[in-house]
Amino acid sequence: MNHDYQKDMAGCGLTGLISRKRRRVSGSHIAKSLCLMTDRGNGLGAGYAAYGIYPEFKDFYAFHIMYDEPSVRRTVEEVLKASYHVEKIEEIPTSPVRAIPISPLLVRYFVEPLKEKLVGDVEESDFVVSTVMRVNSEIEGAYIFSSGKNMGAFKGVGNPSDIAEFFRMEEYEGYLWTAHTRFPTNTPGWWGGAHPFTLLDWSIVHNGEISSYGINKRYLEMYGYKLTLLTDTEVAAYLLDLLIRRHGLSIPVACAALASPFWKNIDRMDDGERDALTALRLTYGSALLNGPFSLLFGHSNGLVGINDRIKLRPLVAAVKDDVTYMASEESAIRAICPSPEKVWAPRAGDPVIVGLED
Amino acid sequence: MFRSLAPPEYLATIDRVKCIRCKRCIQNCGWGVYSWGGDKILIDTFKCVKCLRCYHYCPEEAIEIKDNPTRFKQNAYWGYHNIRNIKRQAETGGIPLTGMGSDLPYTILFDNLLIDACQVTNPSIDPLREPMELRTYLGKKPSSVKIEKGKDGKLKLAEPAPPQIKLEVPIIFSPMSYGSISLNAQKVLATAAKECGIVMNTGEGGLHEDLIPYRKNIIVQVASGRFGVNPEYLNAGVAVEIKIGQGAKPGIGGHLPGEKIPLEVAKTRMIPVGTDALSPAPQHDIYSIEDLRQLIYAIKEATDYKPVSVKIAAVHNVAAIASGIVRAGADIVYLDGFRGGTGAAPSIIRDHLGIPIEHALAAVDDRLRQEGIRNEASIIAAGGIRSSADAAKAIALGADAVAIGTAALITMGCTTCGKCYTGNCSWGITTQRPELTARLDPEVYAERLINLIHAWTHELKEILGALGINSIESLRGNRERLRGVGLDSFTLDILGVKPAGR
Repeated sequence: MNHDYQKDMAGCGLTGLISRKRRRVSGSHIAKSLCLMTDRGNGLGAGYAAYGIYPEFKDFYAFHIMYDEPSVRRTVEEVLKASYHVEKIEEIPTSPVRAIPISPLLVRYFVEPLKEKLVGDVEESDFVVSTVMRVNSEIEGAYIFSSGKNMGAFKGVGNPSDIAEFFRMEEYEGYLWTAHTRFPTNTPGWWGGAHPFTLLDWSIVHNGEISSYGINKRYLEMYGYKLTLLTDTEVAAYLLDLLIRRHGLSIPVACAALASPFWKNIDRMDDGERDALTALRLTYGSALLNGPFSLLFGHSNGLVGINDRIKLRPLVAAVKDDVTYMASEESAIRAICPSPEKVWAPRAGDPVIVGLED
Repeated sequence: MFRSLAPPEYLATIDRVKCIRCKRCIQNCGWGVYSWGGDKILIDTFKCVKCLRCYHYCPEEAIEIKDNPTRFKQNAYWGYHNIRNIKRQAETGGIPLTGMGSDLPYTILFDNLLIDACQVTNPSIDPLREPMELRTYLGKKPSSVKIEKGKDGKLKLAEPAPPQIKLEVPIIFSPMSYGSISLNAQKVLATAAKECGIVMNTGEGGLHEDLIPYRKNIIVQVASGRFGVNPEYLNAGVAVEIKIGQGAKPGIGGHLPGEKIPLEVAKTRMIPVGTDALSPAPQHDIYSIEDLRQLIYAIKEATDYKPVSVKIAAVHNVAAIASGIVRAGADIVYLDGFRGGTGAAPSIIRDHLGIPIEHALAAVDDRLRQEGIRNEASIIAAGGIRSSADAAKAIALGADAVAIGTAALITMGCTTCGKCYTGNCSWGITTQRPELTARLDPEVYAERLINLIHAWTHELKEILGALGINSIESLRGNRERLRGVGLDSFTLDILGVKPAGR
């Protein structure tokens, strides 16, 4: 009964920053920005994603895994060791926080797929994705919540400052950060349900409710994705993976599929562009993200912010020197960048795409 | 001596005080119920079908058509229609015919499905203030597109996209042939299709020359009788449909009696005047899925690769059949559920063969997704779409568009009396009698059909707005936004829908 699930719903606040010169900044910075937006969360979930944090292991996939039961750990490690060279295993360092009395077992692995496992024309990234899908959908009580290189997600049930303290975010330095505070309306109270959601080096934080979730989910299932987390955000993460990594669309084109221009605007374009966007819409109609959302997605080479087609959720962007900021509220940006050179509210459906300078 | 042991179904009555003997009822009734008795109107109520033509044209409101209170003794097992059919068969030894879709009280799943709406966590959208998009393209979609940046910095397609039929709303008119309906009725459909940016379908009766100006809004059909089919016909519309079956009469052919074949119909169908037009049960060059593939590609070759639709009746194994059709190269699969209408079908077939469109549609959409080929063809759902809500539910179950036949005819005066096969339709719809067809003014009635499509368009936009989505593709296949009421868990599982409350 694949359809008989309880979908998670949540309101949220989000923030993110990127240094185009790859200058690494401490996690305390982004935590300060996130913690300002107290009304946007209710203490039932917060998380951070950071890029450039594992330079000494940058060639290995960093799997962050949460185990509800320590006993599951061995099952997962057997699966991993059968297909991967494991460079390092360690528990993710945490500090005791009074507000977080219990947490799952959190372990990270720096791994690389064994060459002999990549039979035929299987791409290494596809292989990693299939491992993530398999563990998350088939092994009860284990969840790979981060699987990219030189990046990682840290998330759990708690408010933003407690989660930052718990994961010792101030000890990490990254050139790109996204963060999220959550206001779930029917949470299962599960650590995996917090944002960011990641797959390979994609990470997503999202504020909104994807009203098209049902068809987005069924569309992704046609391409082998297994949607196990019952949240809208997971859909967005996998759609980006499908469109950009597997179908080879550029980021702006993928954005035009997920938050497509209205037909009345497409009809006004010149022939070539009109044909291109018409073909894009009718090919990716089931991938259209409909409903209120603002989301940030990070990847190794940049940060993208995008709104739904009629901007039903807030998103503000700002620039100061080599850093671009995006957040639900301008105040969250000004908390860490009091005098930006430029502040603007991106238009509905118009993505803000920031790349690295190198 | 009795005339028939099947009592008349209706009693046509005239208030003799109100009647001014203007004889309009005599003139309007296509069934011969009324005649002039020298000083008053005579009534032969056995002939009455309750089409209400006389009622609407009586200037004095003197006519009343009642359900005959004299019925067979009530019996919970031997229903009225069982007894009546036996009596008729005892008189004729034949197969009782009927028109329209089945009217038996099988469960109507559409009426057990409810649509979601937004509250608080996601805002609903006001269609009067915000764009609300219903545009739909029918045809094969690639699984991915290659788009590159041109020298001018603008996006352009690296490979051409497959041909599509563009619809401004996800509603089309179902196939109804010239012969089964009048040319004026077809003109109503064509005019409305053009005005509304949608398509009508010729059915298997060929294309009358008067419809050539509407060719951009016409799908031409090739069925087992191959009436009116030649290369020019195949190329006349925006797409070609191969009709394998019809929801009202799955597995059987068609029979248009010679009385409905006057000169114009004969010319259009390319058959002699007054001969019965017989459509065989199977197409005699399609005895297998591989034969279908050959016909699909023969038609594509003949039309420079226009989209090809394949219409089938919803039967038990419909999912596997539809998958085969898609793999055979069809661009569109037209599913006709067992409630689908007909101009003429044996009632025993209509009422007992096939499955409802709701089950069939859900099963086909699921199967094509499981096989990873849902993008290869569009799905049209037909067979009993009564309202924009039915349309929205069908689209949420997985249809790209719905087709309406009966609903369109109702705008022309049809009351679903179900006597289409007699050729006596007093509204000028399912008849070729010139004095009857002349009363269906295409311009006047096209306006009514356009009104219907506009009304449903507004309603669909309201539904989308309540759902908090602003484009029809976000409803398509989005079963998460449907809930079942009073359905058992098997049915819910087939529909892929949760019960209300969950």
